[in-house]
Amino acid sequence: MTTAFTLHQVSKRYGAHTALHPLDLTVEAGQRLVLIGPSGSGKSTLLRLMVGLDEASTGEVRFGQERVTADRSAALRRRLGYVVQGGGLFPHLTALENVSLVARHLGWDRERRLARASELAQLVRLPDDVLERYPIQLSGGQAQRVSLMRALMLDPEVLLLDEPLGALDPITRHELQTDLREIFQRLQKTVVMVTHDLGEALYFADRIVLMREGRIVQDGPPADLLERPADAFVTRFVRAQRAPLAEPGP
Amino acid sequence: MSRRMWFLAGALLCANTAHADERPIVVGSKQFTESVILGELAVQKAQLAGVHAEHRRALGGTRILWEALVRGDIDAYPEYTGTILQELLPGTPPGSLETALAKNGVAVTPPLGFNNTYAIGMMPEVADRLGIRTISDLRRHPELTFGFANEFLDRADGWRSLKARYRLPQTNVRGLDHDLAYRALASGQIAATDLYSTDAEIRAHGLKVLEDDLHHFPRYDAVLVYRAVLKERAPEAVAAWNQLAGRIDEGAMIAMNAKAKLDHVPEGRVASEFIANTFGEKTGFVATSRAHRLWMRAKEHLALVAISLGAAILIGIPLGLWAAKRRQAGRVILAAVGVIQTVPSLALLVFMIPLLGIGTWPAIAALFLYSLLPIVRNTQQGITGIAGELRDSARALGLPAWTTLGRIELPLASPAILAGIKTSAVINVGTATLGALIGAGGFGQPILTGIRLADVGLILEGAVPAAVLALIVQALFDLLERIVVPRGLRLDRGRA
Repeated sequence: MTTAFTLHQVSKRYGAHTALHPLDLTVEAGQRLVLIGPSGSGKSTLLRLMVGLDEASTGEVRFGQERVTADRSAALRRRLGYVVQGGGLFPHLTALENVSLVARHLGWDRERRLARASELAQLVRLPDDVLERYPIQLSGGQAQRVSLMRALMLDPEVLLLDEPLGALDPITRHELQTDLREIFQRLQKTVVMVTHDLGEALYFADRIVLMREGRIVQDGPPADLLERPADAFVTRFVRAQRAPLAEPGP
Repeated sequence: MSRRMWFLAGALLCANTAHADERPIVVGSKQFTESVILGELAVQKAQLAGVHAEHRRALGGTRILWEALVRGDIDAYPEYTGTILQELLPGTPPGSLETALAKNGVAVTPPLGFNNTYAIGMMPEVADRLGIRTISDLRRHPELTFGFANEFLDRADGWRSLKARYRLPQTNVRGLDHDLAYRALASGQIAATDLYSTDAEIRAHGLKVLEDDLHHFPRYDAVLVYRAVLKERAPEAVAAWNQLAGRIDEGAMIAMNAKAKLDHVPEGRVASEFIANTFGEKTGFVATSRAHRLWMRAKEHLALVAISLGAAILIGIPLGLWAAKRRQAGRVILAAVGVIQTVPSLALLVFMIPLLGIGTWPAIAALFLYSLLPIVRNTQQGITGIAGELRDSARALGLPAWTTLGRIELPLASPAILAGIKTSAVINVGTATLGALIGAGGFGQPILTGIRLADVGLILEGAVPAAVLALIVQALFDLLERIVVPRGLRLDRGRA
């Protein structure tokens, strides 16, 4: 198995506030890793360092052999598909324009762009005509599916998602969870996903990293979290999420 | 979309075509009726002599005209010997006036024939009631309110030296427009004002002219001053002006002032009638139709607005982008354009005079500076106001900076930028009326003349089109918004 991400003694400070204490983390290719933890635990910060949106205060982040920095080349960024919290669709572009923005910049012709978009629309189960709409005209679930399409457009090696289902109503969320897992299984890509919802984490992950106050508390297969909690905090965190436990696991 | 913005800016710039052909002789005049009439006389005499001449009327006070003459913005203007000796070249003995002027490259015609000295005037009833006959008598009434023309307040031979000479105790003194002073006097708001002894109003209102018992005011013989180079460049014009020497006596000047000011005869016609009666020459003067005047002024006004606004867009948007991208530079830029905005527009126009002289370009420069703030600020705010998740998305997608700017940031900021341009444009249309103060023409011209002649019709002839133009500009920008602002953003606002 090859390695997707290697983080060595990576930390992040914002002024006097330490968001992330020095930590090591390796993500193998093909893994479906979920970063979980309460608000302010540093999980989104960790993801932003992996995408290169922020620069680590110490240590280094590598993607394969390449060093990830905030000002790294655009080419490297395009090997990572990132779905920002809230979707981040550009409101002045139609769904299709959002999806094909980078491909167009890279000089793909119209035919190729449309073919790829159509293929992705099928994958994320979105009717083609929805692609003509502007983000404001999309439902929450549709907007998330378009964001996912945009992240997948250039067929990246890794998919990084920051709370992709955060702001959805329960029914839409449930539908999208089902579809998303199916998509992950079909694509067989490395996935790093941030959520605060344990049920969701258990549903998607083959590895869960639980974080608290900028440190990794537990790192391992989902079952370990329930059966072999690392400390009292993990037990409390698991207990606190009653409802999702009622859902069937993977 | 950024391309559309550039196109817009370009179109605005091209809307004006300022063509400079062979430069005519430019005669200026000060901002009161007599000076405008004399300016007309000078222009028409020059034209009769076959010289291409034009009149920049009512440009401002003595300093503005003098500096414009020395700089060469204008070639000639009517002046008074007293003003030259007291104010422009103080310390010059009356005998060496011509030598002193020559040092500045300026020549002068012989006196035109009348002495328009300063005087202090009151309503006769008030003067009689208080027993005031001479300026010295004013000493006994320290409670009186005086209203003086702003120029009289500032001049070396004006209020300060008058006050010192007569030891006048009054402190309640305010500055106001010379033409408004008569109305203030008639309504009792002020007790005394400065007069020119050839003012038509002295007769019209039956004003009491106080005797200058200490002989404070010198002689103010009317002359034309002109750039000495005209003797070679346009000797015919100089010869024509010299013919005016001694031909206008006080009675003739008062009559001409009365015609223009009280009977609302255009100054050009007053001058042309005088030339016909005095020299038997028929000038080509024709009063322009109102429609023609409106059209000419609209063109001048639009040129002022279009060029200054176009330049402000071309400079303001990049400045705003810079301010958005570099916080340190941004603070400096916004502070600088903010400071410019705090300068009253009138002052900003006048600041331009020593730098750029008078006329269209200094006015454009002032309007340009004045138009910057809304555009720079809105561009900066439009860009920095873009949501963090959209910035992150653009960066994570791996779009280069210029593509992000053109495809993401500028379109997202376009409603704010356009709103800034609209604000600038509407303010600009209004402020451009002040351009007439420094000879830039436009709709401000009839407003100024209207104030001078107390002619409400004339004021409206400038004010109404200026207001209509502002409304049209506003409507045009609303229309433009539909073209420039991306559809997705307009839907957004429709829903909000």
